[in-house]
Amino acid sequence: MSATTGLGELVRLALRRDRVRLPGWIGSIVAATAGTAASFPTTYPDAQARLGALMTIDNPGTTALVGPLYGEGDYTYGIMVGHQLLGMVAVVAALMSIFTVVRHTRAEEESGRAELVRAAPVGRTAPALAALLVAVGANLVLAAGLTLALGGLGIETVTWRGSALFGAAVGAVGLVLAGVASVTAQLTEHARAASSMAGLVLAAAFVVRATGDVSVEGLSWASPIGWAQATEPFYADDGAPLALALGLAVVLLAGAVVLGRRRDLGSGLLTARPGPARAGSALSGPFGLAWRTSRGSLVGWTLGVFFFGLFYGPILSESSTFLDNVPVLEEFVPDVEASVAELFAAMIIAVVAIICAIPALQTVLRLRTEETSGRAGPLLATALSRTRWALANHVLALLAGAVVLTAGGLGLGLGAAWSMDEPSWVGTATGAALAYLPAVAVVVGLGALLHGWVPRAVGAAWLLVVVGFFFSYFGELLDLPQAVLDVSPFTHVSQQPAVAFEAAPLAWLSLVALLAIGLGLVGLRRRDLLDA
Amino acid sequence: MTRAVEVRDLVKTFGRTRAVDGADLDVAPGEIHGFLGPNGAGKSTTIRVLLGLLRADSGTVRVLGADAWHDAVALHRRLAYVPGDVSLWPNLTGGEAIDLLSRLRGGVDRTRRDELVERFALDPSKKCRTYSKGNRQKVALVAALAADVELLVLDEPTSGLDPLMEAVFAELVTEAGAAGRAVLLSSHTLAQVEKLCDRISIIRDGVVVESGTLAAMRHLTRTSLDAVTASPVDLTPLPGVHDVTVDGERVRCSVDTEHLDAVVGALHAAGLRSLVAQPPTLEELFLRHYATAEARS
Repeated sequence: MSATTGLGELVRLALRRDRVRLPGWIGSIVAATAGTAASFPTTYPDAQARLGALMTIDNPGTTALVGPLYGEGDYTYGIMVGHQLLGMVAVVAALMSIFTVVRHTRAEEESGRAELVRAAPVGRTAPALAALLVAVGANLVLAAGLTLALGGLGIETVTWRGSALFGAAVGAVGLVLAGVASVTAQLTEHARAASSMAGLVLAAAFVVRATGDVSVEGLSWASPIGWAQATEPFYADDGAPLALALGLAVVLLAGAVVLGRRRDLGSGLLTARPGPARAGSALSGPFGLAWRTSRGSLVGWTLGVFFFGLFYGPILSESSTFLDNVPVLEEFVPDVEASVAELFAAMIIAVVAIICAIPALQTVLRLRTEETSGRAGPLLATALSRTRWALANHVLALLAGAVVLTAGGLGLGLGAAWSMDEPSWVGTATGAALAYLPAVAVVVGLGALLHGWVPRAVGAAWLLVVVGFFFSYFGELLDLPQAVLDVSPFTHVSQQPAVAFEAAPLAWLSLVALLAIGLGLVGLRRRDLLDA
Repeated sequence: MTRAVEVRDLVKTFGRTRAVDGADLDVAPGEIHGFLGPNGAGKSTTIRVLLGLLRADSGTVRVLGADAWHDAVALHRRLAYVPGDVSLWPNLTGGEAIDLLSRLRGGVDRTRRDELVERFALDPSKKCRTYSKGNRQKVALVAALAADVELLVLDEPTSGLDPLMEAVFAELVTEAGAAGRAVLLSSHTLAQVEKLCDRISIIRDGVVVESGTLAAMRHLTRTSLDAVTASPVDLTPLPGVHDVTVDGERVRCSVDTEHLDAVVGALHAAGLRSLVAQPPTLEELFLRHYATAEARS
């Protein structure tokens, strides 16, 4: 029996389990990419409009978000696709790869299913290899799908060659992160920790690229996302940088195999220590429990968002000096009474706000995990009422939202205050970020409402976050009608500091949120508690 | 005195499946009551309704005199529950999980808790994610048995425990019974139920088909006979005779208790040389229900 016996069976098993999930990921990535690309000729019908787009988009803030601008002044549709979409799409492909690899490796071991599989004639490295093969296959299909969808649009300058390179670049980033996830899956005993570690590597790759593109020459070459963007699809069409990605993916895979051989099934290379034999006084109620089960991830989010803000702070000052040097650009800046720095700050804070909804919603969704894992049963068989149980989680979710928002605003404010020597930025940015708390609360409310009435569909609350992201990136680009934009709670918050503070929307967003949470609790009190 | 558990005509459906279909269940105060049935018969569903985790579609469900659904929280101060498959918070230690569950119920009796931890030989400083199934059961058992409550609801509590720990569990349940606590014990370990329980209810396809003391149940059922006679005897035409096997002069069969006299008479007529008569074990009682349940499905 070789180390890879049973590989084919395991690949088939993984594909069977993912037969909805992976096509879903791939289909939505391809559809969103092609849809956005297809909208460019309508939004920018002529050379004049494209020049306008180039001027509004050629600033450090956008560069940090999406990637470096390339080409020689002509912002063709092809370059638009490569410049605006490649970085984002690559990040999504990377997330798909991370989740796929961890789901079929560490999550299987943690659940105990891997033990059943490995007791059959299955080689030691076969499960890890099968997961990786599935991830590689998914990225290949994704690359092919992107090539066909973009090339098939028949838009001028969106060439087949460029489309193929775009697809390959996205797939290459996916492969690297699949490799990273196979390594982190060997290190920890827990699927969530393995995903988080790989996610941190992805975040680092993003930040390194952004820093490199904006201020530190050459640094982007230290990031796989930078390699993808160095291909400059639809312009230079240079596939050479992708060789770096393939090389790194192979090295990571080999590393994962070597690490995997050195450990027992179910164990990680980093092991757990014993803890206290008695509970501390903090762990005496549902809130204490909710805090204990989510504090690690909440601390992580707080730090992550703080540094995200801190990193964008200096870009604000660069963006204003940049505009001062090129006065002709002033006319492309939206016609409001705000400085360029304030405009960019408002943009970044809007993105930060949506990011902050993620940990808040995760905290609400933990109730569902408690239920399906069977932990909620014994808990609610004590003198703990369902209302107290759920409310403790919802309150923690709102607190988490407030803390992470504050961290993001504070980070941005500190960064801006330091680089522009204007201490007032600290308060401005923090206040502007906190103004989004009612919008985050609406996301929490939707989660609570679904958990109370249709617990199986509680994941649908993520739609609000996804829609929020989509609108903040592409809302203006696609020129969506206000009625559509209004679906997202985030568009109702006045975009401080670019525009003045408005209290009314915050009041009724809060009202909607409280109502949803209340209704959710009513539903929870009436329904069966689900189990496994 | 109010019954510890009183279930009348309970119906609980999930979609088109009728998990419990008109079940009755009575547990007297201070009684150790065995709750038996094949997998999927509706034991856990009934127990989850008793705990107010599921809402009954119809029927009355009263626990310690109160309504299981509406008074759930107040009731839960007076009872403790151990599920058959304990799932714990991976990043808490066993000790923390015990203390948390006890505090949520109303408080920790430290001496009692420490004594139980010792008797079950549990290491409370380990993270729950590192516990085996048996150790997770121990955590839930310690939390439940440390509580000063009137009713213990135990749903296959010893699955995964080794025989030594099962003996500890049996001692503790006997102690609880002696202290006047009612116990509802669902279990597949029939020897354990036979040893511990005062009364037994058997549930099948969502209906409680038998309920009573083991002695009374035996009376209603068959006695197995193993006899050697001087000349071969054909028992099959006699009423109330089942499962006859003949091996020369040796005959084995089971007989409905009411027809025992006629059968022994026939054996006597054939020249009885040896006779062994056995009342059915709980296992046989139970297997009969399993077999009929399977035949029906």
